[in-house]
Amino acid sequence: MTNDTRSVISLRVNDATHRLCLDNRRTLLDALREDTGHTGPKKGCDHGQCGACTVLLDGRRVLSCLTLAVTAEGAEVTTVEGLAGDGELRPIQQAFVRLDGFQCGYCTSGQLCSAVGMLAEHAAGWPSAVTADLCPDGPAPALDAAEVRERMSGNLCRCGAYPSIVRAILEEAR
Amino acid sequence: MNAESSVPTAAGAVGVARPRVEGRAKVTGGARYSADEPVPGLAFGAVVVSTITRGRVLDIDVAAVQDMPGVLGVIDHRNAPRLNPEAGHFFGPDGGLRLLQDDVIPHAGRPIALVVGETPEQAYAAAQALPVVYDVRPHDTEFFFGHPAGRPASALFDGPVDVGDVDAELAASAVVVDERYGTPEEHCSAMEPHSATAWWEGERLQAVDSNQGPYQIAVTLATLFCLPPERVRIRVEHVGGGFGSKGMCGPQLILAVMAATRFGRPVRVTLTRDQVFLATAQRPATDQVIRIGADADGRLRAIDHVAAFELSPLAEYIEGCTELTKTLYAAPAIRTRLTAVPLDILPPYSMRAPGAAPGSFALESAMDELAERLEMDPLELRLRNEPVVGPVSGLPFSSRNLVACLRQGARRFGWADRDHRPRMRREGSLLVGTGLAATSFSTGAFPSTASITAEPDGTFTVVVAATDLGTGARTALTAIAADALEVGVEKIGLRISDSDLGPAWSAGGSRGTASWAWAITEAAAKMRGPERPATVTADTAHLLGELPSRERHAYSAVFAEVTVDPATSEVRVRRLLGLFAVGRVINPLMARSQVIGGMVGGLSMALHEEGVRDPVSGRHVNPDFAGYHIAAHADVPDIEAEFVPDHEPGLPMGVKGAGEIGNVGTAAAIANAVWHATGVRQRQLPIRLDRVLED
Amino acid sequence: MKEFAYQRASGISEALRLAAGNDDVRYLGGGTNLVDLMKAGVESPTRLVDVRFLPLDGIRQVPGGGLEIGATTTNSDLAAHPEVRRRYPALSQAVLAGASGQLRNMATVAGNLLQRTRCSYFADPSQPCNKRAPGSGCSAIAGAHHNHAVLSWSPHCVATNPSDMAVALAAFDAVVRYETLDGAGDIPLEEFYLPVGDTPERETALPPGALITAVRLPESAISPLSRYRKVRERASYAFATVSIAADLDIRDGVVRSSRIALGGVASRPWRARTAESLLLDGPATADRFRTAAEAELAAAEPLPGNAYKVTLARNLIVAVLTDLAASPY
Repeated sequence: MTNDTRSVISLRVNDATHRLCLDNRRTLLDALREDTGHTGPKKGCDHGQCGACTVLLDGRRVLSCLTLAVTAEGAEVTTVEGLAGDGELRPIQQAFVRLDGFQCGYCTSGQLCSAVGMLAEHAAGWPSAVTADLCPDGPAPALDAAEVRERMSGNLCRCGAYPSIVRAILEEAR
Repeated sequence: MNAESSVPTAAGAVGVARPRVEGRAKVTGGARYSADEPVPGLAFGAVVVSTITRGRVLDIDVAAVQDMPGVLGVIDHRNAPRLNPEAGHFFGPDGGLRLLQDDVIPHAGRPIALVVGETPEQAYAAAQALPVVYDVRPHDTEFFFGHPAGRPASALFDGPVDVGDVDAELAASAVVVDERYGTPEEHCSAMEPHSATAWWEGERLQAVDSNQGPYQIAVTLATLFCLPPERVRIRVEHVGGGFGSKGMCGPQLILAVMAATRFGRPVRVTLTRDQVFLATAQRPATDQVIRIGADADGRLRAIDHVAAFELSPLAEYIEGCTELTKTLYAAPAIRTRLTAVPLDILPPYSMRAPGAAPGSFALESAMDELAERLEMDPLELRLRNEPVVGPVSGLPFSSRNLVACLRQGARRFGWADRDHRPRMRREGSLLVGTGLAATSFSTGAFPSTASITAEPDGTFTVVVAATDLGTGARTALTAIAADALEVGVEKIGLRISDSDLGPAWSAGGSRGTASWAWAITEAAAKMRGPERPATVTADTAHLLGELPSRERHAYSAVFAEVTVDPATSEVRVRRLLGLFAVGRVINPLMARSQVIGGMVGGLSMALHEEGVRDPVSGRHVNPDFAGYHIAAHADVPDIEAEFVPDHEPGLPMGVKGAGEIGNVGTAAAIANAVWHATGVRQRQLPIRLDRVLED
Repeated sequence: MKEFAYQRASGISEALRLAAGNDDVRYLGGGTNLVDLMKAGVESPTRLVDVRFLPLDGIRQVPGGGLEIGATTTNSDLAAHPEVRRRYPALSQAVLAGASGQLRNMATVAGNLLQRTRCSYFADPSQPCNKRAPGSGCSAIAGAHHNHAVLSWSPHCVATNPSDMAVALAAFDAVVRYETLDGAGDIPLEEFYLPVGDTPERETALPPGALITAVRLPESAISPLSRYRKVRERASYAFATVSIAADLDIRDGVVRSSRIALGGVASRPWRARTAESLLLDGPATADRFRTAAEAELAAAEPLPGNAYKVTLARNLIVAVLTDLAASPY
């Protein structure tokens, strides 16, 4: 059984390819943190209940703690380390710094990746649980504070930086 | 700088809103937390915790897992190093630290073994597979006021007081409120689970650990393992929140040190989220009875605040619920009592705004009930009972700006338009209500040391064993050092987060920044002295004793507006405003974040948080974020916080702590708003659906 | 977590063959529930067959009306789909009310249907639980059952089904399609989840080894205004305390047909047939809604800690039906 329980995979992280031989049990989060040197994604709960491990998988935000690394073969993973290109912070990262969208910073990697994914979802016209009119034929829902809060609710923050996070995201959306 | 100082007039980094110095690192994933530190040859420890609430370990079948892939070994009470029973904390020796010393299980979630493996997966698989046989004994985890095991709480602080004749004053009162309030077990729930990595470098024990004060923790750890303090070094670069739960020498660190010692290589122990709930300290449940009597014009005659909280026989602790009652309002008679009820639970410890958060929920709810019965504006009731000196101590207030908080807050919130009768406002199908609370939180400083070196390039290296849990300490101390040295912040190189940097207080008790700042300003004063030494060190221990006795507190007024759907009993906080008097504000951007964060914590306490125990097994049934709810984005409105001018004359730069006061009062303000919306009092937190639901 | 083998199935028949005759094989979809349960030690498969790469995603119109939702369609894609939003808005709302954006991007439709209860005793292998360890007892009945079932539970188990999506599917008379090595089959959603009885460990009517391939929605949504409403202890990112999917057809003030399903009250999505039949051909008034709700809930047998759910469910039915009746058609 031993040979069956490991897999050799290519993991694409922030445009670099990593060839890894992994225990099938290894989650994408642990592979990033322990094998490819990306400790930006954080383990807050390891059970999909906090959002600190959020990364983008082929552009969509997912929880890396519930993603088995072996299933990510062939996908493009973007972590918080990959958000800023060539040393220049993205506007949303700058907004987080300027508006103090964090305190301890532990949930921040997840909040940022989640925000980037969420803004793309909104741009694609996806509704949320607080979207009043789901009808796809009208105008896309405007991204107000209530929409941002609902869409970002999968990212817990115990320091209580929510109001500044929402402000930073709204600024980015404008 | 000595005793009551005047307002410093320095260059001007203090008071300026400035983003955090580590901001870039935190938004790029570059900030390293304890479990992020790369360490060669690392092994991983998985903690095994007791699944029973009281009893003994009869057997741990190590042989059953020893040959599992990657397993290096198991540490339990039969082979663990002996620990010093004298080791403890602020409250004295702490049996909660004496892990793996015997077969006794004092509470559910007690660590009973550590499985060490080459990879996390291997260690956890073996930990899950490890057979443990228990001898289960009857337990008692049911807390309530009047529990037969109750005894007077330690009087180290918040001891009992008797001023005037409470019974006579109550008898003479036109109106008396006599009600009982409860708060459940609450968990600090920092987003970063406790993690420690330990290894030996020769004779020296090295550890990277998530904690609130590397120096204090290193001292405790050295005592625990009977090591000279200089042989222990603890570092902690970034900490993913603490809120009290990382104020102690945590199980992760004790077990990592045991494993590093036994296996002769670096070992990382990271608690799982359920273990953070089960094995790191929670706020104890409280059960409080308050009697307040007043004349018809609202002048208080008596406050009687009798509170009980739970603790463990393993360690002393005080949940100082009645502290506020001694300073917030003037009354000719004040009586407080605090009862501790020992139960078979993990030793409770300080959680953000200990004592004050549950205590103010009771006191400020009772004040609102008094206003209701007097048919008086709850704001006016508070203004009418403003004391001139400490109502119990008789001491002058160092500075007291509660009235400014109340008045400015009321203006900003639009309080004057409020109809004080309940259940009068509707918007569509929703009931709307508003409420307020006044609060205080004690302020001060503890001894710390700091040193400053003038570098050849004209910069200064400022060294203090502070830690930054997200409070903004790095940024604040940089500004304080710059002003104290009369240079720009770019000239300051700050080193913190390392026990080798000398004795220092921890990030706790709302005294971190004040304590560290004092040491830095002392050192800076020496540096600017006539001798102009290259390196100076200052120790504030002697200065603290010279501070004149005063009532020293930060103050705030919190205003809340809620909606309640009477059909579904859903409560939503729609507006939340806090006015704060927290001394001189070092960095308005970060200070606002901190007090708003505290108010989010108070909102979460009001509506969501509750550690639930199984009535049969005594164990927590919700040790995870799906079961133990903390407020999410959608629960939190755009909170406003403002600061009124304030200055603490006893502390350098005029600062008061701002780390905890944000948590105080918010729960009562929300509960009072829910009453205003529905007409029903919420005397037990959290304000759950079933408690609001109308038939 | 125990070690396991992992394989991506290249086709449906290969997936079925890999799973055939072996109780220790699990199909892996989004993994949001299965991987979590594996970490907890509740599930210990020896092999995972990854079915996300099978051609089972996407939503298509079915000839003769209705929609077919592929089994591996993510919750996000389901909720955002224009036809779902246009014709079955309660389904879109139900999915959006569940979990978080990240989890919805991962979770699949089939996985959502097969997710296990969030009863904390089920998730903790150190505690008795008949669903996880048949015969060991139910800890919740004498324990913490604040969020447990009030309808149709048994002395063996009082857990609820946590799915929001399934509540809306129950209201819409969805049909679950599956394949086995012996051929394909259909199960109406109302029969998909088995009664608790004395076998709480048996949750669905799927044959052993079956792979869900699609969920089919019939054409017969009765209005474009169906609604899902969820009450929970947090404004978002929490499982339902009580939820409802409802649709009403009212003509001239008279209820011509209705669909009502409740979540959070039973081991399965609870189709409120009693209430529906009482409403039929009667006036669309709040009093009637209340009478129907009370009749539906007359069968409730709450425990001491969850009796509030009965009141809450009644209020929710009345509130949502009243809203629907007031909505412009």
